[in-house]
Amino acid sequence: MIETFLVIGIIIVFTMLLCLYRAALGPGVYNRIAATSIIGTKAVVLLIAIGYIFERPMFVDIALLYAMLNFVGTLLMAKYLVRGEVCTA
Amino acid sequence: MHSIDLIATVLMAFGAFFMFTGALGLLRLPDFYTRLHATGKCDTLGEVLLIVGCMVYQGWSFLTIKLFFLMLFIFIANPVATHAIMKAAYVTGVKPWKKGEERR
Repeated sequence: MIETFLVIGIIIVFTMLLCLYRAALGPGVYNRIAATSIIGTKAVVLLIAIGYIFERPMFVDIALLYAMLNFVGTLLMAKYLVRGEVCTA
Repeated sequence: MHSIDLIATVLMAFGAFFMFTGALGLLRLPDFYTRLHATGKCDTLGEVLLIVGCMVYQGWSFLTIKLFFLMLFIFIANPVATHAIMKAAYVTGVKPWKKGEERR
């Protein structure tokens, strides 16, 4: 069953490379933000697959934390681009 | 191979297929809105299917509950993030693509 998780991890890394093309060359700032957000959500699933490959279940905690941080970062970037500031001092 | 492993492998294969389709849409479609239209749904469904496959493989344990809450969080947070980026682009004046125009 470890081979299955290895193949899934390799497919996820390949799709992350496809998204990295859009994050590097995409025209405009919004394409780049969208691509980095999608890379982050793919990294959550990649962390779970890595945890099953190395048989260490605490990788799920790291994946949970990474999902929350990625969500907050994306919302902050969207809010900053609309208002020009994140919060009023 | 047990039947549980077979079910988990089929679920994870479907998830990887949906994630690959979403990445292809992000690479290939002509406009910002159409790109997010492809990835915002395909990535959510692919990741949820992958995590459900991991839950089926794991069986009943404490880890299953953590994976369930992670799945629930992704199912709520990923469309919200997509909507936030798209609304920010619409408010700041990014025009949608029409047929016959150049790729952007």
